[in-house]
Amino acid sequence: MALLAPAYLWLTLAVFLPLAVMLFFSFLHAAPFGHRPLILTLEQYRAFLQRPYLLDVAWRSISLALWTTGLCAAIGLPAAVALARATRGRSRQVLFLLIVLPFWTNGLVRIFSWTMVLREGGILDLALHAVLPSAPHFALLYSYPAIVIGLTHAYLPYMILTCYLSVSAIDDALIEAAQSMGARVPVIFAKIVLPLSLPGLMSGAILIFVPVIGCFMEPRILGGRVGVTMGTVIEDQFTQAFNWPLGAALSFIMLAVVLVIFGLTSRAVTTGPTAPLRA
Amino acid sequence: MTVKISRRGLTTLVGSGLALSFAPHVGHAATTEITVLNWKGYGTDEPTALRAFAAATGIVVKHDYFNSEPEMLTKLQTNPGAYDVVLINSARTQQAQSAELIAPIDLAALPNAKDLAPTLKNSPSLQAGGKTYGVSWVWGMNSLAVRDGKVVGADSFTIFLDPKYVGRLALLDDTATAIGIGALLTSQSINDPKDLPAIGAKLKAMKPNVKLLWSSEDEWNKAFAADAFDISVYWSGAAVRSKVRHKLPVDFIIPKEGAIGWLDGLSMPVASKKKDAALTFINFMIDPKFYLPWAAQAGAPASANQAAMAQLPDSDLSKQIHKPEYLTKLQFMGPMPDERRQAFANLWEEVKASYA
Repeated sequence: MALLAPAYLWLTLAVFLPLAVMLFFSFLHAAPFGHRPLILTLEQYRAFLQRPYLLDVAWRSISLALWTTGLCAAIGLPAAVALARATRGRSRQVLFLLIVLPFWTNGLVRIFSWTMVLREGGILDLALHAVLPSAPHFALLYSYPAIVIGLTHAYLPYMILTCYLSVSAIDDALIEAAQSMGARVPVIFAKIVLPLSLPGLMSGAILIFVPVIGCFMEPRILGGRVGVTMGTVIEDQFTQAFNWPLGAALSFIMLAVVLVIFGLTSRAVTTGPTAPLRA
Repeated sequence: MTVKISRRGLTTLVGSGLALSFAPHVGHAATTEITVLNWKGYGTDEPTALRAFAAATGIVVKHDYFNSEPEMLTKLQTNPGAYDVVLINSARTQQAQSAELIAPIDLAALPNAKDLAPTLKNSPSLQAGGKTYGVSWVWGMNSLAVRDGKVVGADSFTIFLDPKYVGRLALLDDTATAIGIGALLTSQSINDPKDLPAIGAKLKAMKPNVKLLWSSEDEWNKAFAADAFDISVYWSGAAVRSKVRHKLPVDFIIPKEGAIGWLDGLSMPVASKKKDAALTFINFMIDPKFYLPWAAQAGAPASANQAAMAQLPDSDLSKQIHKPEYLTKLQFMGPMPDERRQAFANLWEEVKASYA
């Protein structure tokens, strides 16, 4: 127990203390700076009732997170399978490096490079016209797909790495047995690889879903006028409106929503038909 | 603010101290040190000007910086006596005054105040109870900017709703400016509009035209250069820089509805113990001798000093854009209670959500 003390101390200082301060703020009428009196209130938590447009924004954030997580899974799992099954040695190391590379670049730099790729007259547009000179102009910047592309690019490494761990643990004998009984690739994938990589998919999904719900840089820079999410609304409360209590309350409401979503999905996964296989 | 000096920083300090000791000495026996609270890189900390000021008066100017207006007010409140001059936007001067943070200033004690533009010098936002609490320093406009050659004859903010320009508008993501444009379009006061829903409806109606919301000058320049929009709300000072430095075809217009003006003033904290030195510094700040090099070397907002503006060369774009006659056409951002500020913020948030 005594050996754990530093860990608990660190958790208290780094996680719970700032969270507790924000939780306290979320029950205030106004940020307690200067001579403003401290007024305790629940009004910030009623924001969703008083401002129905926030419900649309919240749903928009959740659907953005669903799109991003889904795309990451659709690209990440096959990539992980390819990495684990079809590469070895040096080429695997190089591929890993390439996958982690976006991770090591600064987020803002990454997003601004996407603006150069996606805008009208940007790199993609020029490439398209080099091949098809008569094609119409291609511009994705300042649109919903642009946000999804930027986010997927940013979070894909999480999914590939977590799926890789699951996929590489699959026993070759299982696949050989299936092949010997005449199962074809799609069947092997659906009945063996997919269920056995579910833990990787789930942890990848959790690692991606939560930050995407709160993201604000990608929507702001890539989304143009459609780039309004809970993340940007919360950021506005802190930087523009100086309404820290409302920003804090919105953050905690989103945290609650995320926890509920995870509570429901984790139950579905652990009690689902594939549960015995994972044992 | 506490200053931490690392060992390496200390070496640099000692090094620069040695270097300074070789510099020619100033012939003042007693030096006074004052501290200015301002945005970083906003005029008062121009190194050449401060060296000249110290040489002439023996007053050494130190700085502390803020990143938002609420932060500035908090610093004044929590560090009484730490600051001698503070930059306050005229929309906040009365708030600082009512919190008893700043002292009245006798303009007669500032020789250069005689040249301040009367509308700015006597701005009601800078006064309270018949006394002046802020000395008007620099000003600028948030107004209409269009692509020269492509948009012709724009003279009204109604162009933001013109179906001819679907997807060609960039709005500034700033509450006061957005609500201000809505107020101008509905013939209301930008500081105290009576009909907020009408403003919300006007802004929401711009949806088909809005392509993006910008928040930094760099973002504006990149998107404009990439032909992402033709019409926008823009800052007057930034329009000058876009034209001069980036050679962009920008036409900055004050439409018939008027435009939004802002005015930054210099004030003196109540708790300052060096008020005479502070006044000497403020007088220097409104001196054309300070403004002209600042404008030429760094690019400055328009000076509140008419004489300083008149002395700019006629070729100066800032002089061409900041015409003295605009001062009466503008509605200046003024003081407002916290509740109204919050109502503005909520409305703009709602409008932005409707754009998505």
